[in-house]
Amino acid sequence: MPLPSFIPFKGLSAGKFKNISARTLFLIAALFINFILLSIIIWLTVKSAPVWVEKSIPGLLLSQVWFPARGGFGMFSFIIGTVLSTLLAVILAAPPAILSAIYLHEYASKKIMTAGRTLIDLLAGIPSVVFGLWGIITVVPLVRNHIAPAFGINTTGYCLLSCGLVLSIMIVPVIMLMVIEVLDGIPNELRESSLALGATRWQTVKHVVMRMAYPGILSAVALGISRAIGETMAVLMVAGNVPAVPSSVFEPVYPLPALIANNYGEMLSIPLYDSALMFSALVLLAMVLVFNIGLHIFKKTARYGGQTS
Amino acid sequence: MKGRIIEEKIFTLLMAFSSLAIFASLILLIGSVIFKGAPALDLAMVTEAPSGGFYLGKKGGVLNAILGSFFLAGGAVFISLVLSIPIVMYINHYSSKGSLLNTATRFSIDVLSGVPSIIFGVFGFSIMIILGIKASLLGGMITVAMLVLPVMCRAVDEVARLVPEELPESVHALGATRYDVIKVSLRQILPGILTAIMISFGRAIGDAASVLFTAGFTDEMPLSLLQPAATLPLSIFFQINSPVAEVQNRAYASALILTAVILSISLSVRIIASKMKKKVVK
Repeated sequence: MPLPSFIPFKGLSAGKFKNISARTLFLIAALFINFILLSIIIWLTVKSAPVWVEKSIPGLLLSQVWFPARGGFGMFSFIIGTVLSTLLAVILAAPPAILSAIYLHEYASKKIMTAGRTLIDLLAGIPSVVFGLWGIITVVPLVRNHIAPAFGINTTGYCLLSCGLVLSIMIVPVIMLMVIEVLDGIPNELRESSLALGATRWQTVKHVVMRMAYPGILSAVALGISRAIGETMAVLMVAGNVPAVPSSVFEPVYPLPALIANNYGEMLSIPLYDSALMFSALVLLAMVLVFNIGLHIFKKTARYGGQTS
Repeated sequence: MKGRIIEEKIFTLLMAFSSLAIFASLILLIGSVIFKGAPALDLAMVTEAPSGGFYLGKKGGVLNAILGSFFLAGGAVFISLVLSIPIVMYINHYSSKGSLLNTATRFSIDVLSGVPSIIFGVFGFSIMIILGIKASLLGGMITVAMLVLPVMCRAVDEVARLVPEELPESVHALGATRYDVIKVSLRQILPGILTAIMISFGRAIGDAASVLFTAGFTDEMPLSLLQPAATLPLSIFFQINSPVAEVQNRAYASALILTAVILSISLSVRIIASKMKKKVVK
């Protein structure tokens, strides 16, 4: 196909011209996705500047005073809310998820394994608002009417424990899927040689499979944690949303994402409020980024170590 | 009995118990949504928009939210598809493997896929203020497109990397440009792209935090890009917060609709993926 004469690439064939234009366009697209990440970070930093310049970053992070109308923008109780609910969720979710993944992969028959994996895969796609709804129908009444009375405590049920329980059910499929994938990558010969030496199945799992799989399993848990840190809707629906440091699991918490979701978009008249919410988004982003980048580095070094040993 | 056999028994029991607990609670989850939602699910739910006093228990349905969700997810997936294919093709075919842009782009994709959706919501809202758009279907589309872009890139990249090296090599050997190579490999990974589209669609339609500020909420049908649009997850959220029992029951029904949509998407992904695998050159 001859080029139209107005195009100033006389020496180029149509094919080469197309190639160069495609290359340029694709380059722009690739630059664009880097630009998104950078501009989110820069935008949040710049927009939150008024509040962290006036109140200082440690002052904001360590203060518990949340009183926007009088200029109190302490983030500590929200950060603690996020940290505690994430921790609780991981403690509840990780051990059973890992054990169950090992069971499906190393013990169960192939049929059960396929069925289980399909089910978990489907459940991993369920949106968080449905988990939140289920939290309201099932978990909150369970905590209010059965678990808390067993300890002699009165609670509305909208509390740290409910929040942790809902989050844990949410991240179980995430962790399990990745652990199963990791176990898939371990060569069968290793298991066979261990079993042939007379080891029991659990000994094989403990000494052979786990030794190779542990970096992968740790990243699976980390993926679950990073999902739990940023989860908004489910948390918003069951956490109770009271800005205070909880003294027991039966007290409400107010994680960072819930703070943003509840207040962003309607804080026009209070000075610095907008900036403070941007700062809370920045803190949330920083928590997730530090975690993910740390994981990235860990995965690289761990894989390298695994190859050399 | 020897110690190791006792250990084996203990851990087998623990594992079986964990699996039971996990599957029981996940089945309980689906079960309670069906059990609570099914009785409130009627034809009006999926064929009518909310009429006056819907949130006080009067008549109507959530058709506006169903349509809104489909339009929003469809638009967002389209935008991110248009962006993700060039990105993935650039890092796989144009840029060399160790180059700075290549490493940075893969890193950005990885990091962005871990960014919480509420952050995209906040950022999207800011972009809309800069562009002068109010909370609208378009605003929601742009925001959700950013949210699913890394998901889509990852899914496309995963299949793009699996294209056997002989294929681009033989196309090159025929004297073709890299652009021709890309055309050939795109045809090769078409099933993978379809799967990526479905996965992103499922993610886009279920997300609430990113559309909370950007798409707004309305009882009207979503007829214009520049008007606010209702979405299913938000509709569930607003209905469950109502004190009226009837409205709460409709929240369960809406959740049932949303879950059914998402499960049927994931199921069809599996079916398409397994059917189309056979047609690819290996």
